[in-house]
Amino acid sequence: MSLQHILDGLFPAGHDVSVHGQLVAGCAKTALGTVAVLGTTDAAAIGHDIALGLAGRVLDVVDQHPGQPIVFLVDTKGQALSRAEELLCLNGSLAHLARCVDLARRQGHVSLALVTGEAVSGGFLSFGLMADKTYALADTQVRVMDLKAMARVTKIPHERLQELAAASPTFAPGAENYLRMGAIEAIWDAPSAAQLEAALAGQQAAGPAVDERMARGAERGGRRLAAATAAAVVSA
Amino acid sequence: MNAPVANKLALRRSYFEASARARVAAVLDAGSFHEFLPPEASEPSPHLAVLDIPGAFDDGVIVGSATLGGRPVLVIAQEGQFMGGAVGEIHGAKIVGLLRRAVEEKPAAVIFMADSGGVRLHEANAGLIAISEIMRAVLDTRAAGVPVIALVGGSCGAFGGMGIVSRLCSAIVMSEEGRLALSGPEVIETVAGVEEFDSKDRALVWRVTGGKHRYLTGDCSELVEDDAASFRDGAIALLARWHEPAPASSTLRAEQARLTERRQRFAGLRDGLDVWGALGVAEPRQIPMMDRDSLVALKKGLPA
Repeated sequence: MSLQHILDGLFPAGHDVSVHGQLVAGCAKTALGTVAVLGTTDAAAIGHDIALGLAGRVLDVVDQHPGQPIVFLVDTKGQALSRAEELLCLNGSLAHLARCVDLARRQGHVSLALVTGEAVSGGFLSFGLMADKTYALADTQVRVMDLKAMARVTKIPHERLQELAAASPTFAPGAENYLRMGAIEAIWDAPSAAQLEAALAGQQAAGPAVDERMARGAERGGRRLAAATAAAVVSA
Repeated sequence: MNAPVANKLALRRSYFEASARARVAAVLDAGSFHEFLPPEASEPSPHLAVLDIPGAFDDGVIVGSATLGGRPVLVIAQEGQFMGGAVGEIHGAKIVGLLRRAVEEKPAAVIFMADSGGVRLHEANAGLIAISEIMRAVLDTRAAGVPVIALVGGSCGAFGGMGIVSRLCSAIVMSEEGRLALSGPEVIETVAGVEEFDSKDRALVWRVTGGKHRYLTGDCSELVEDDAASFRDGAIALLARWHEPAPASSTLRAEQARLTERRQRFAGLRDGLDVWGALGVAEPRQIPMMDRDSLVALKKGLPA
């Protein structure tokens, strides 16, 4: 699905969003007023430049548009893989981006991430999973690594992993698994202004977001241990 | 060898080689540690059991309370010897629980002894989500005014999501032997080729990810010897002068400017040697041979 198609579906009232390399930035009209639109496209590998580009724009929204909701569009194949990126502490730039998204939440901006293509590992962690809530379009790819690569690394036969994946959401790729585990709030069949606006309005009504993903995962039966374990440590 | 030197060497306890439990015992005030969910009160990961992989009752991480220099702290210590310290569902939830407890209890600090390759692939989705929950919980803890101090000097370093988590902490205390990065050299070599990153070239790996490099570029706050007592002293010294700032746009603007300037200044460089030269170090090739104190002195003398 093209970025244009996604933007037209989410923001039929109009949008002014431009693409800089693989970085997406701009704003759009919704029933809740203007929202900031930030993210990546074409399965971007997140290196320093994209991370700092997004971080700077999040800070611009915080400083120049108090309270404006932020919609993140997520399409990333993960972190950039190169020695030069690691030499300058790529984990530090991804952490910086995550802190900027977190600051926006603390300053009263509701945020929502929508996975539009791929959502992989470090790229997903740095902004998509930092938003108040994360949604995914149907047929998107959410993963750490694919099952064949996992079979190689873990030395467990691919067939065995496939068999186990049918019964457990814990390790196999797929937005549906992340939904069951509580990290994805809902899966949308298509880019929908009505769903987007309802989600943002719900978040604004609910007030400052707290991380409820463990509880969702327990309710949905996809992550049965995390919530109870964390609670046991709090009360030990 | 004269007697004082021999004594000093005999007393040194390598942090790199120590187990998580030995680190906890040596870094915190003697006898002060109280473990939450000790092994006898917990279950090993069922996700490993289903793959016929032996689990650990603590799932590779120890959490609890202690004192450090007489001040109350909460503690996380990852065990690199179990599954590479990697984060699975239970492992991650113990860390999140500890951090949430810190928000309520407001200890003087959380001491986070990181030793992890990141997400545990055998429970990949649970691990990735847990890392995200840890990221948010670290920032919640800091926003509650409680500093989170990362110690990085274990055999697995701090890679993947744990590399991101470490950089979200208030400050990092690191040894030369510690490594801090996102993708491991092996991953980059597998994907991009040995010309891009030769993971068997240990000296190169340390020049790109090691403690001295991270210290010179300001990505860790304190450089200490590979010695549990030095990590203890480094953490105490850091805490004594630390004031946790409230989350603010101005702080992140300053970090944005630092990272952007650095990105431009060191564009195209691929080896720590080149970065150190660009920082003004007269003889970059001497850096790997220098002891900790000389390197700290050298950094003080570098142009701002």
